[in-house]
Amino acid sequence: MIRFIFSRLLYLVPTFLGITIVAFSFPRLLKGDPVLLMAGERGVSPERHAEISAQLGFDRNIVLQYFDFVGRLFQGDFGNSLVTKKPVLSEFLTLFPATIELGFVAIVLATLVGVPIGVLAAIKRGSWFDQLSMSAALVGFSMPIFWWGLLLIIVFSGNLGWTPVSGRISLMYFFPNVTGFMLIDSLLSGQKGAFASALHHLILPSIVLATIPLAVIARQTRSAMLEVLGEDYVRTARAKGMPARRVIGVHALRNAMIPVVTTIGLQIGVLLAGAILTETIFSWPGIGKWMIDSISRRDYPAVQSGLLLVAGVVMLVNLLVDLTYGLINPRIRNK
Amino acid sequence: MSDTFVKLTDAQIRRRMLAEFWFYFSRNRGAVIGLCVFILLVLMACFADLIVPHSPTMQYRGMEKLPPAWAAGGNSDFWLGTDAVGRDMLSRLIKGSQYSMFIGVVVVSIALVGGIVIGLISGFFGGWVDVVIMRVMDVILAFPSLLLALVLVAVLGPGLTNAMIAIAIVYQPHFARLTRAAVMSELKRDYVSAARVSGAGNLRLMFRTILPNCLAPLIVQATLSFSSAVLDAAALGFLGMGAQPPTAEWGTMLAEAREFILSHWWIVTFPGLAILISVLAINLMGDGLRDALDPKLKRS
Repeated sequence: MIRFIFSRLLYLVPTFLGITIVAFSFPRLLKGDPVLLMAGERGVSPERHAEISAQLGFDRNIVLQYFDFVGRLFQGDFGNSLVTKKPVLSEFLTLFPATIELGFVAIVLATLVGVPIGVLAAIKRGSWFDQLSMSAALVGFSMPIFWWGLLLIIVFSGNLGWTPVSGRISLMYFFPNVTGFMLIDSLLSGQKGAFASALHHLILPSIVLATIPLAVIARQTRSAMLEVLGEDYVRTARAKGMPARRVIGVHALRNAMIPVVTTIGLQIGVLLAGAILTETIFSWPGIGKWMIDSISRRDYPAVQSGLLLVAGVVMLVNLLVDLTYGLINPRIRNK
Repeated sequence: MSDTFVKLTDAQIRRRMLAEFWFYFSRNRGAVIGLCVFILLVLMACFADLIVPHSPTMQYRGMEKLPPAWAAGGNSDFWLGTDAVGRDMLSRLIKGSQYSMFIGVVVVSIALVGGIVIGLISGFFGGWVDVVIMRVMDVILAFPSLLLALVLVAVLGPGLTNAMIAIAIVYQPHFARLTRAAVMSELKRDYVSAARVSGAGNLRLMFRTILPNCLAPLIVQATLSFSSAVLDAAALGFLGMGAQPPTAEWGTMLAEAREFILSHWWIVTFPGLAILISVLAINLMGDGLRDALDPKLKRS
């Protein structure tokens, strides 16, 4: 197992280097002089231009600039935002819990709903439930989630007035930021109604973000179940007279879950892409909205480091999925 | 009893293959419905300029935010109502189909051609060429697709053309990987060795001998990418980084409509519905294609 972990880690090195090259190149590929771009409309005097260039290292050899960039990354220096002047890393870390909270609730929702639907659809293959749920899954899979979010706002916030339109919690509540997770912080604050308010604000965004992963998980679970249900050992278990519930729950489901676990892991990248749209629609103060805002504000250091950090997170999650997969499936490990 | 061997001509073989394909494809009712809707969409896109009841960019003064014809206050001249500046919704939606189909075709063509060439080279030559190419593909895949497309558009400048290029670059590794995997399994087959022994050059082996046998998974992936391209281009338009107003692209229309979500539902509902229906039709078709082209599924 240690060799397996080591080989996986080694495998990540070139990808990580590639990601740093992409992030490093980004501001240098933009049309125009990066210093002038940073200065914005105010412009900058030639002396100040030379000074900033030297300060940022733009006047040095490009290869040296790259090594310098990577070196600073390892010291935890991701540069400062042009707009807020604060270190990008601290901004990222402040906003990241909001995205994790939303993404976590979404993936849990997608799994808790998607897996049982997939299992039931497979068991009752060809029934109306199978047809209906798989049609719904295909609709969910094809959904433009930015529109879906707007529709839910029209119905549940506009017409019914059940849910808030945006934000993470009602402005009535104020408490210190302990963990960054609103659900936990609101409970810790002990204020009456704060937790309910945080939960209320999470409902629509998490449904929107969960839509596509839910559809994918339901479809994947169904096909994995169907494959496993046709296997000899399931037939044997049935022939032995084992109760159907045990055959499905113990023999079939456990094996069918192996590809499903991978699918769930792979949805993390999809979730982060979805978070960009979901957070924009619901004004959710997370990484997705921050990236979009940084792009439109031309805050290039923020975009550059954001790109790097997001890709880093995806890479780590994929590594964890790989390792988990190796843990449950020895055949992969020993390959 | 004597066995009779009938020698079929190439045209006959092709016709039989097509008949077999249609047999499996048409068994999937959803796929046939998807195909019909898709054909309708293509026809609508081709003849958009002839069938639009009004000019998609014409602003009718005094007709702003008219509800659909069947709703109270609707006008039968504007079936699906008008938008915030008095443009006919139906005409803009019809014109929008042109953009969406165009986006799908362009993105898939670029990604497919690029991915096939890269995948063929990678799978055929192997060794360090393969290692380098595949690591580059891994890097592209490490970024969430929409985020990478957004950043690429930020580099290239917002606009429909750049959005299409960005999405194509992001999709291309999927085709490269698929082609590579198919090429590697085909390379071991006898027919490839036979062609090589007969003196076929590398290019002939790659494009004439091997490629035609790798097409099935690529066709399925192309269909799925077509629908994702329509979705992602709409998302970029929605975020203000794709087609720019007053282009009647569905995502851009949604972005313009955002402020009216609580007051004028139709301005928001119809563009999104158009995106959903097109993407759904293409995905239904993709499911049918997969069933018809995947020999493993055929037997089950």
